[in-house]
Amino acid sequence: MSVTSDPAFEALLKERENRPLLRFLTCGSVDDGKSTLIGRLLYDCQALFDDQLDSLKADSARFGTTGQGALDLALLVDGLASEREQGITIDVAWRYFSTPRRAFIVADTPGHEQYTRNMVTGASTARAAVVLVDARKGLSTQTRRHLALLHLMGVPDVVLAVNKMDQVGWDETVHATIQAEAAAFSLQLDGTAPAPLAIPLCALSGDNVCTRTGLAEAAWYTGPTLLEWLENLPVARDAQDDPFRLPVQYVIRPDSSFRGFAGRIAAGRVRPGDAVCVLPSGQRSTVARIVTFDGDLPEAVAGQSVTLTLADEIDITRGDMLCAAQEPAGVSDQFSARLVWLSDTPLLPQRGYLMRLGTATAGARVMQIKSRTDIDTLGERPASTLGLNDIARVSLSLDRPLAFDPYSENRDTGSFILIDRHTNETLGCGMLDFAYRRAENIHWQPLKVDAPAREALMGHRSGVLWFTGLSGAGKSTIADRLEQKLHHLGIHTMLLDGDNVRHGLNRDLGFTDADRVENIRRFSEVARLMADAGLLVLVSVISPFRAERTMARSLLPEGRFLEIFVDAPLEVCEERDPKGLYRKARAGQIPNLTGIGSVYEPPEAPDLHLESHRASAEVLADRVLDHLERTGFLQLPPQGAP
Amino acid sequence: MPELTHLDRLESESIHILRETAAQFRNPVLLYSIGKDSSVLLHLALKAFYPGKPPFRLMHVDTLWKFRDMIAFRDRRMQELGLDLLVHVNEDGRREGVSPVTHGSAVHTDIMKTVALRQALDTWGFDAAIGGARRDEEKSRAKERVFSFRTAAHRWEPRAQRPELWSLYNGRIAPGESIRVFPLSNWTELDVWLYIARENLPVVPLYFAAPRPVVERDGALILVDDDRLPLRPGEVPAQKQVRFRTLGCYPLTGAIESTAATVPDIIREMMAARTSERQGRIIDRDGGASMEAKKQEGYF
Repeated sequence: MSVTSDPAFEALLKERENRPLLRFLTCGSVDDGKSTLIGRLLYDCQALFDDQLDSLKADSARFGTTGQGALDLALLVDGLASEREQGITIDVAWRYFSTPRRAFIVADTPGHEQYTRNMVTGASTARAAVVLVDARKGLSTQTRRHLALLHLMGVPDVVLAVNKMDQVGWDETVHATIQAEAAAFSLQLDGTAPAPLAIPLCALSGDNVCTRTGLAEAAWYTGPTLLEWLENLPVARDAQDDPFRLPVQYVIRPDSSFRGFAGRIAAGRVRPGDAVCVLPSGQRSTVARIVTFDGDLPEAVAGQSVTLTLADEIDITRGDMLCAAQEPAGVSDQFSARLVWLSDTPLLPQRGYLMRLGTATAGARVMQIKSRTDIDTLGERPASTLGLNDIARVSLSLDRPLAFDPYSENRDTGSFILIDRHTNETLGCGMLDFAYRRAENIHWQPLKVDAPAREALMGHRSGVLWFTGLSGAGKSTIADRLEQKLHHLGIHTMLLDGDNVRHGLNRDLGFTDADRVENIRRFSEVARLMADAGLLVLVSVISPFRAERTMARSLLPEGRFLEIFVDAPLEVCEERDPKGLYRKARAGQIPNLTGIGSVYEPPEAPDLHLESHRASAEVLADRVLDHLERTGFLQLPPQGAP
Repeated sequence: MPELTHLDRLESESIHILRETAAQFRNPVLLYSIGKDSSVLLHLALKAFYPGKPPFRLMHVDTLWKFRDMIAFRDRRMQELGLDLLVHVNEDGRREGVSPVTHGSAVHTDIMKTVALRQALDTWGFDAAIGGARRDEEKSRAKERVFSFRTAAHRWEPRAQRPELWSLYNGRIAPGESIRVFPLSNWTELDVWLYIARENLPVVPLYFAAPRPVVERDGALILVDDDRLPLRPGEVPAQKQVRFRTLGCYPLTGAIESTAATVPDIIREMMAARTSERQGRIIDRDGGASMEAKKQEGYF
């Protein structure tokens, strides 16, 4: 490849390459002119090409709302056909432009439908925010919500773009009122935060967006234009001076001689020789090399994707965090957090979700909704569940301890999402505030660990599903299918199968009536203990006698024992004969097989009656699942993928 | 340590995304389409897993109408890098002789690209397909996720897309479903060229201006790349100093007149340019929102 011989251009290239990057979001109410403002930024910064302008002219004539012959800059950023026709925007749109000084990534967040979900998405990666205010309307409820959400998400710099100043004749008092109201509100949000700057502008004409207005009536404003503000903000406070953090993403092992821990540095800096500890295990080692494709580095800093090797052989996997040994991150399985709910499927306390925190994934449940935040009044209210766009303070419990930092200290190591175990939908997002220590725990941790407490931690009802029926009726097949389904739904199960238990616990028992009774008694007791431990126990055993089944039922609280009769005519069972028992019995080798030489007493009023010769095991397993759901035995997530 | 530049940040983010893909999926594939974005994508994949090789397959969906220079470049690069490339062609389409010349751009693109890709994903059971698409390329892509969810029928449903916050990408899927991964989401065309210059990456020579035989057709300069392009009455190929800003199927890709013969020349031209790169792509102009419709069908 040839290179240019023009040194001036070489210098320009270098400058372009070396520009810093600023990510910001824009938010505003419907009709505040946000799309127009972004269109104006793109247009004035020459991020548009001639053919895009041509198609904009055509679109303006077809869909435009700015009048005959005028460019409707909003159309530049309204992408999907369905939106354009409805004149609405439904999702965060990403825009790119640059000036000689900076490259910008803009998250354009729609202001109405699902505004919370969209705003938190845009704000999560933004360093700064531009909040649109309609000069004619002043600081609206919607604007206050936007400011509150930006504060919640920890966006460091906020500016108010007071748009449509032409409509109020560039009245200085209008601007001053908005500036004062915003200052008062931000004081309410956070006593220490500086008040956001308000810039009077007109997106339609471009005054004070990229170029200073020349209008005489606007001469009172001496602050920066919007672009000047964006160009002069300090760029990322990348936490380079904070303690080192590297969430391990991937372990690189091309051969047995190399073991590298790959990830993006979330905070601080690292050099070969630095002492590190691995969380949550707490093991220690020293950084050997910082390996990159371009050669080993003497130092790496926050924001860089690198691969580290360590001096010692330590077992490290994805989800672990490498930290500065002297200032490690916290490790906990119980947190206080703020949660934003992003789904139509409501949050239910105690239900099991998956949590993604950095590169780690763990089972998580919300133990308690401490309060729901009313974003309009900033008041805290009690709540038993959360719906779409709700914001709450919650206590969280994980199924294993993870490394973390409070969100206020690090956005990467303190943020998480919750995922539906069944549909895989991203349901909510949150910010960790602090981990509970024992003392702080007591007010919600049950004092006595009993069956209800264990059940609460499991997040579903415990109990016993008792499958009874002849050998070959299909009990184990159905129970096995059902257990797989329950497991997939995040239900903690245990399957006790007649044959398996007879090989171990009950191997001293034969098939006399007395031994059969003792067999069932032991089954019942083991099932009860497991149910007390919080499990949903599936028992698959012939259990021929009513009395023992009644006894088994009596060991459990009302409604925790389901008798499921798996029924098939003897001829069918004999035909199936999966273990060859009927053949042996007919040959006289087994004297007392149930149904041949020994009686089976069918249940008189089973909770479920499954006729296994009329439907497949799959269908019957679903029927049990339906029954559990319908009777409220289990609360299952809605069926169907997103 | 100086502040990271925007190229450093883009590179680091893309590597992070590639590693997430390798960690979260059972059988990902990188879709290598030979163009400049693919050059960058492949380079980033080499960086992300160094000193190992990328832990996923590379695949090219060949429509059989790529420029000859592209195929030559593809084969040379794979050999230089010591990588295996899976090449997939829709054999039904090949048998039926589907071509942009006889069937038109829409049918050809659908059968040889969109359907072909679905076939390939199903055949090898790939659960994530990594592509080089950028959000700045086209309006309907501005809202695309980095991890873009596809149903078991490979459809893109705008309302089924998952919120993406911080750098937390949710790649969990049910059997049959898949994710399209776009590590270059936040790159612009200029960023791609600046990065190619910075990293000194080889690209297909068609990006550089040279005298080439072209005909002017429907306002676009079409290269007469082989004898499969039937000339219309009155069309006589003329030698013009041209280059391509984007590379696809040669009868569907317009050249621009240019003298830019080096990467810095291209960057200089682009900084003065008044035409966007997709202008040369004939498929974008089929209808006002045609890319959105194609995307729902499973086109990248």
